[in-house]
Amino acid sequence: MTVEVVKPGVQTTIQDIGRFGYLRQGVLQSGAMDTISLRTANQLVGNDENAAVLELTIAGPSLKFETDALLAVTGAGMQPVIDGKEYSLGVPLFIPKGQMLSFKPIKHGIRAYVAVAGGFDVPQVMESHSTYLRAGFGGFEGRALQKGDVLAIQETNNPYFNWMKEQARGVVKTLNWGANSLRLDEDPHQGIRVFKGTHWDRFTEDSQTKLIHTEYFLTTQSDRMGYRFEAEETLELKEAFNVLSEAVDFGTVQVPSEGKPMILMADRQTTGGYPRMAQVIAADLSRLAQLRPTETMRFELVSFKEAEDLYVQQERSMNERRAGIRLRWNECLKGVGES
Amino acid sequence: MAVFKEAEFYELSERAVTVKFGEGIDPVLHARVSQFMQLVNEQPFHGYVEAVPSYTGITFFYNPLKVIKTNNEITIQQGVIAEIKERIAQLDYTAKSGLEANKIEIPVLYGGEFGPDLHEVAHTNGLSTDEVIHLHSERTYLVYMIGFAPGFPFIGGMNERIATPRKSKPREKVPAGSVGIAGHQTGVYPMATPGGWQLIGQTPLKLFDVNRDVPSLLQSGDQVTFKPISNETFLELKERSEKSHDS
Repeated sequence: MTVEVVKPGVQTTIQDIGRFGYLRQGVLQSGAMDTISLRTANQLVGNDENAAVLELTIAGPSLKFETDALLAVTGAGMQPVIDGKEYSLGVPLFIPKGQMLSFKPIKHGIRAYVAVAGGFDVPQVMESHSTYLRAGFGGFEGRALQKGDVLAIQETNNPYFNWMKEQARGVVKTLNWGANSLRLDEDPHQGIRVFKGTHWDRFTEDSQTKLIHTEYFLTTQSDRMGYRFEAEETLELKEAFNVLSEAVDFGTVQVPSEGKPMILMADRQTTGGYPRMAQVIAADLSRLAQLRPTETMRFELVSFKEAEDLYVQQERSMNERRAGIRLRWNECLKGVGES
Repeated sequence: MAVFKEAEFYELSERAVTVKFGEGIDPVLHARVSQFMQLVNEQPFHGYVEAVPSYTGITFFYNPLKVIKTNNEITIQQGVIAEIKERIAQLDYTAKSGLEANKIEIPVLYGGEFGPDLHEVAHTNGLSTDEVIHLHSERTYLVYMIGFAPGFPFIGGMNERIATPRKSKPREKVPAGSVGIAGHQTGVYPMATPGGWQLIGQTPLKLFDVNRDVPSLLQSGDQVTFKPISNETFLELKERSEKSHDS
């Protein structure tokens, strides 16, 4: 039940939803940047939503499967290729033993997620499978994958896997239904929505207007820790003040003294000491995680209440998605749907 | 120091709310933070996930889908705030502090190759190196919070007489366990990292160890002392802490 890493890709790491309960000890949350894609990939193969998956960045790896496996690739930035043939993102995909899974870049997005039925088998560190790159623990040996690594897949008696294997008869098989991250977001022109942060009122009115009306360019100094933006306009405080370090969250928009916003992402430090001008709404974090360096975006201001409502709505959609996928699988198993 | 009459709340995110008890860096204010951490630990509210204490307050992380909200509250977070307020009402402000602080002694080998900036700190302040060691190790310090990196303590209460600006050029690698001074602050690096602190010594203890039940040696609210040790003791303790790591 193993997968050999033939080519590692730009930065391929094991992630789950993240590490919770250790922030007060200075341990980062980590976890997938695009959690909607992580959860969708796991739903498609019948795993727990929090099972360990691979997060692929910019250019994907080449993985040789030494075992039959049911997998799903979700997210964006690349699409799966097996034996020279391209497959869609967000569909259940059966790969027979001995085949190689590789990836072809596509225009939109930057991160894709690979879930396998059963989940990747890595030890939990502090109750999570997520890789904490800076501290060197969690995931696969606390680091990004390298050539020659051998990943184990957890033994599973997953009925979807068993059914696909039977149907596939030793070749690649895919189904004509699925789900992917981006379909939850209906309007591709939607800005990244934020609500006012702790120190919003400390910024000049001019800066408050600028934050919302400026087109921001995502710089190449952006990574899992934070997104740094560039713009001609700078943001200014009414007067300088001392910010004592305290807790920050995924999506916190900090403004260091040079006046350019920086958004804290999955590998952010637990505490921050810069003025917090805004907070990206939870429902837009996965979309933000797919923004590529050199792409531009705008912020849109919403109320905290709207942010909460959008989050609850997104969670409801994810529940519906889970139920829908289960229904599809049950139809397959009963032989009424896919053949 | 300013302790607010009433706690202030602000929205960090849809799943986190910060409560602030006052302004500034002050042990009395922080005692209230520790007291309230303890109280919420004993009586977590609906949807509680975890909490991060800081100098002036606590940020509570929760699962919005598990919060119980009444019709009086417009947002889910207001439901959380209502539960936090109920607990604040139980705080006994007259009690000096509801809990006995955890006391931790950190053995330090000062100077030499482990404290390459001890001379600079002494020189900057017109002191001898022995005086710096004495002034650094005679006090009991308060750990205000852990943040920035795993197990990294924000410690307050250093003697102003040994305050020294950061190095003009940061080192590319500061070894784990290094004890340093940056301005009016002192601290210990839990892991090897780049850094600009003036290094005056090193502890053989592991400030952070993934193999421990509680990986961070220090917690917010702990009282810390530094104890000068000899080269021999350093090596002995270092060996012991390496061994405990293997087992």
